[in-house]
Amino acid sequence: MKTYLLSAAASLALVAGMAQAQEVRVYNWSDYIDEDLLMQFEEETGLKLVYDVFDSNEVLETKMLAGGSGYDVVVPSGTFLQRQITAGAFQKLDKSKLPNLDNMWDVVTERTEQYDPGNEHAINYMWGTTGIGVNVGKVQEALGEDAPIDSWSLVFEPENMEKLAECGVHFLDAPAEMIPAALNYIGEDPDSHDPDVIAKAEDVFMPVRPHIQKFHSSEYINALANGDICVAVGWSGDVLQARDRAAEADNGVEIAYNAPNEGAQMWFDQMAIPVDAPNPDGAHKFLNFIMDAENMAAASNYVYYANGNKASQEHLVDDVINDPAIYPTPAALENLFTTTPYPARVQRVVTRLWTKIKSGT
Amino acid sequence: MRRFALIAVPYLWLLVLFLVPFIIVLKISLSDIALAIPPYTPTLDLSAGWEGLRAFFAALDLENFWFLTTDDLYWKAYLSSLQIAALSTLLALLVGYPIAYGMAQAPDEWRPTLMMLVILPFWTSFLIRVYSWMGILSKEGFLNQFLLWTGLVSEPLEILNTNTAVYIGIVYTYLPFMILPIYAALEKLDSALLEAAEDLGCSRITAFWLITVPLSKSGIIAGCFLVFIPALGEFVIPALLGGSDTLMIGKVLWEEFFSNRDWPVASAVAVILLMILIVPIILFQRNEQKQREAEGP
Repeated sequence: MKTYLLSAAASLALVAGMAQAQEVRVYNWSDYIDEDLLMQFEEETGLKLVYDVFDSNEVLETKMLAGGSGYDVVVPSGTFLQRQITAGAFQKLDKSKLPNLDNMWDVVTERTEQYDPGNEHAINYMWGTTGIGVNVGKVQEALGEDAPIDSWSLVFEPENMEKLAECGVHFLDAPAEMIPAALNYIGEDPDSHDPDVIAKAEDVFMPVRPHIQKFHSSEYINALANGDICVAVGWSGDVLQARDRAAEADNGVEIAYNAPNEGAQMWFDQMAIPVDAPNPDGAHKFLNFIMDAENMAAASNYVYYANGNKASQEHLVDDVINDPAIYPTPAALENLFTTTPYPARVQRVVTRLWTKIKSGT
Repeated sequence: MRRFALIAVPYLWLLVLFLVPFIIVLKISLSDIALAIPPYTPTLDLSAGWEGLRAFFAALDLENFWFLTTDDLYWKAYLSSLQIAALSTLLALLVGYPIAYGMAQAPDEWRPTLMMLVILPFWTSFLIRVYSWMGILSKEGFLNQFLLWTGLVSEPLEILNTNTAVYIGIVYTYLPFMILPIYAALEKLDSALLEAAEDLGCSRITAFWLITVPLSKSGIIAGCFLVFIPALGEFVIPALLGGSDTLMIGKVLWEEFFSNRDWPVASAVAVILLMILIVPIILFQRNEQKQREAEGP
């Protein structure tokens, strides 16, 4: 009896081990893929896909630094990727398993090299800008026909914010994007790592702070679409998803997104394989699947973010590839800036300043 | 021998689930931040033998605790948490005592049902219950719609994302922990005592204050501690229901851990939180012990 139990346990363990090997676990941002693609991947490869989501780089980073996350593919943004590579969190890609790398777009790969030299550890999934989403009708009602919806002055000038507070303003709860935006607005280097320069952002936020309803990084999609708020500092594709949801609901809400004239941050979400991924082989299959031109186009058509895949562009629908809010014109591209990761000491200054801005303490 | 084994079980439990994790947290609080997996240094390397062990202990220091004194954010957050926890406990007592009293007065055959109703919310996930409060308290939520409909208010109330919402969330979540011990104390109450008091000319209200309340004291104290202790370190409720200006130590801890990736400072914050909690926990233990002694063997 005992031996029978033992062998039963052993075979159970074996089955569990096999199941593990046939599974690919992906940890991606919320609202960031066409879910039909997930089923398609399972059908094509016979692998079982476990797909979990997060809404902040910080949560992902903590999982990576703790180790043993159990994920095979994760999607940090550029600066976070760079820091996690330094910490030894990711394995080098086996490019022989990624024939679709040929599809990638040099405009993007050149820029992601600053985070990951040679693009050895990650591929670009999507990229976008951090700008301003508005409910056009309500903002014009508050500020008049010529409301500066394409300028940071909309949210950084107290006289505008006073009038907008009534209809609701959300800011991203992401200091690494909000502080560079404020520094850029007052003519400082947005990528400054000098605590004295960073401190100047306080003077931008404090006067408008009383008029900000909430700092949050994902609620604004629905809030904009429902008409609960009229302005959100947010990520390009998220605002455009709100626009789409409002159009579907046909509730008379018209949403517009702008990467402001003064300059906006450009960021890159990169797919990488953790150093302790249980199924690196399956992870490579997933990356290659994502880099397929048609699959990548399907994802972009669904979430309204630009991607780093040149070959996918011919499959993109017209209101994605030809929307300058998603694919900026070459001239507008010049106006975008990128940032680099803060060292630990500066990070503390930034977080502390952000806490002060948010809580007044 | 058997007796020894029986005593050993709870101690083993305490050792594995409390002491060992605490020592790990304490160790991290004495370490330095590093960009690595895990993100602190030193880590124990037993292969280096005695020398490695000495180097390991030499690298530990109290720097992170000193750091906490240099910024008033931490003290303000501890104080604000203490205030929120204390006020929530009081509110839970004010709401919970009448409920427990009513349950204890109810006919015998009703009591199991009433007890069930108090415990029932635990069958749903805590997170979902807090989320549903967001739906109730938001500007377009049920509460505001109801108030607007009755005409009590003309503008929707701003409740969600304020401290009021945090109080509502904490009182709601921990109310059963207040009700159950008070109910247990009241249920044991001998009704002959109240009858005697009335025979001797006590009014019902005076009898309540002179007899019922003192005899349910142990339940009140147990209930207050059971609410106060978890409320002090609460993170989920202020994160979901509170506003950007809700300052609680649980949120500060989150930011140290996630935004600053500073596990050592986060651990130092946690160690101090535990030290603040140890005082009420010891008081609670004393109270329990006194009660056991009073009840006799």
